[in-house]
Amino acid sequence: MSLKLEDIPFEEGVQKGIENDFMRQAVSGAQGRFRAGRLKQAQELGNWEDWRKLGEEIRTHTVNHIDFYLHQLSEQVEKRGGHVYFAETAEEANSYIKQVIQTKNAKKIVKSKSMVTEEIGLNDALAETGTEVVESDLGEWILQLEGDHPSHIVTPALHKNKEQIRKTFAQKRGYTGSSEPEELAAFARKQLRSDFLQADVGITGCNFAIAESGTITLVTNEGNADMVWTVPDTLITVMGMERIVPTWEEMEVLVGLLTRSAVGQKLTSYITAYTGCREEDEIDGPNDYHLVIVDNGRSNALGTEFQAALHCIRCGSCINVCPVYRHIGGHAYNSVYPGPIGAVLTPVLDGYDDHKDLPYASSLCGACTEACPVRIPLHEMLVLHRQKIVENGDTPFAEKMMMKGVGMWGGSPFVYKMSTKLAHSALKPWTKDETIENGPGPLKAWTAVRNLAAPPKQSFRSWFENRKKDGEN
Amino acid sequence: MAVYNRDEFLNKLAAKLGRPRRTEGVVRPVWRVNPQYEVFKGMDQEELVDIFANQCEAIHTDFVRTDVAHLKNVLVDVIKSYGGESIILPKDPRNEIYGLPDCFNELQQDTNIHVWDYTIGKENEKIAERANIGITFSDITLAETATVTLFHNKHHGRSISLMPKNYIAIIPKSTLVPRMTQAAAIIHEKIEKGELVASCVSFISGPSNSADIEMNLIVGVHGPVKATYILVDE
Repeated sequence: MSLKLEDIPFEEGVQKGIENDFMRQAVSGAQGRFRAGRLKQAQELGNWEDWRKLGEEIRTHTVNHIDFYLHQLSEQVEKRGGHVYFAETAEEANSYIKQVIQTKNAKKIVKSKSMVTEEIGLNDALAETGTEVVESDLGEWILQLEGDHPSHIVTPALHKNKEQIRKTFAQKRGYTGSSEPEELAAFARKQLRSDFLQADVGITGCNFAIAESGTITLVTNEGNADMVWTVPDTLITVMGMERIVPTWEEMEVLVGLLTRSAVGQKLTSYITAYTGCREEDEIDGPNDYHLVIVDNGRSNALGTEFQAALHCIRCGSCINVCPVYRHIGGHAYNSVYPGPIGAVLTPVLDGYDDHKDLPYASSLCGACTEACPVRIPLHEMLVLHRQKIVENGDTPFAEKMMMKGVGMWGGSPFVYKMSTKLAHSALKPWTKDETIENGPGPLKAWTAVRNLAAPPKQSFRSWFENRKKDGEN
Repeated sequence: MAVYNRDEFLNKLAAKLGRPRRTEGVVRPVWRVNPQYEVFKGMDQEELVDIFANQCEAIHTDFVRTDVAHLKNVLVDVIKSYGGESIILPKDPRNEIYGLPDCFNELQQDTNIHVWDYTIGKENEKIAERANIGITFSDITLAETATVTLFHNKHHGRSISLMPKNYIAIIPKSTLVPRMTQAAAIIHEKIEKGELVASCVSFISGPSNSADIEMNLIVGVHGPVKATYILVDE
């Protein structure tokens, strides 16, 4: 199962992103607000660096002992009446879930937002069963109606404007109201409320599983995950295997880091901690509970220099500071996981074949590493990926041509000397405001992906020679 | 109840980590830094009330402070401001202690009051879905985030604080703690003593909301649209 969203080359996705003016404006506005919100919360806490160190220490310990904590979690879930299915691959996870749904003869499923179910392609797998699947997060619901994919892991429909949303609601659900966000949301509330009440099965993701009690913690603002876990009699939780903490005390620390880093909130409106099936005489909540724990390539990182990528708590703060994401948007990464964490994680989960361009979608400025609440050295991992790609002899085509051209040019003293002398006037036709954006010959590949400063009128070598002749000091 | 593929799956993870699999003996370390215990350290209840009240504003929640003697009047006012109609609440011994039945007598005759009753099964959920107002007591209240903590059980369904359009939380002042750290510690200690944690523990901070449409804040999505927290001096 590939994490790729579309079968197009990386450059094409980048170009589409760059040409989408609304998306670029929305992304840059969102980045500004998310970033400011995070910094404000960090400042209010005061000792943010200590919090990050604590987050890192908790994640490091937990992932180092992941076999122990997953064992404990599964024992506790079973004790509280739940089934636990360990799935090594996406196919295994999907086929178990399909089997549960078919046994229940379910007609309607409600889902709350979950990146791991996007990763394993669960909705496509469920479509084969003929069961109706309804995404209940507002952003996800909009995308589902349109047949689109999330472009951000926290605000999935960031690339849509309200007029597009109004049109979609009108076309797909007979909406007749305005494009005012409140009115759109009120319409969605009404539509989805009836879906919740009719659903036979609920499916959720998992922000943090708590090993000591077999508890699943879900973080939302809309309250949709609570509806999913309240109404249907059958509930399935899908979790990436690393989304676990030892006890409630670590859950608390990481939830606070997550909500502050993701959206600049001290906590979201709903943090809900669910444990297994409903108790005797309880009315709401499931009486049939299944936890599906997914590897799907995560174990590739264990015991390697990429292990810390599994520390990620999916806050998206690296995405919200990334200058590359700012310009190309989430879809250009062509992976379920965009931004710096996506560029690190996607090749770990899915190999380099389909994703060897991703580690190059970074300026290596290190803003991601600085923003990460659990101190994952993201930009160092990107360099490491590049190193491995080069060692495999698998450099992306554009990078290879660029380096080849520049290498040939710089490798010959004569060519280099002549070209630096002539460069300024020779490159004039391609120069605008002292910058070359679409250069000729060996510069073509370079300027396709980045600008080049125009050469000065006089090269350093000739300046140096003249300086000696003139006897200047 | 069953667990599938566990050994195969976890053995592989242990092998990748380059050591034998562990099913016992892992001790959670004492973390080197613990900033969570420093937040609002040494503050008294009054200082926490101030923090709580300020945060209510940030989360679009009305804050009212009163004492037990005046709770009745305050509650009647809030219920009326939400348009009365129909109310659902848990079966909770605090209902009587805080004089809620008295308060309901003050309301119009046609106001529907439903106290959660597990013997009528799913009908409770249907009533909650139609109700205009849900009222619960807070079990633990977090000052920093203006959060009420609810431990659900057979007398206190999850739907009460979730499905009605409006939500009112009654918050005894003694339930105030600085932040989620203290609530998590209380729950963790109980688990260590062998107690079972409630099947659902909710930390609720204000009405439901979303910023999914062009990053505009919309208050009121799937859960309540409006919320009032009433802090009661005891």
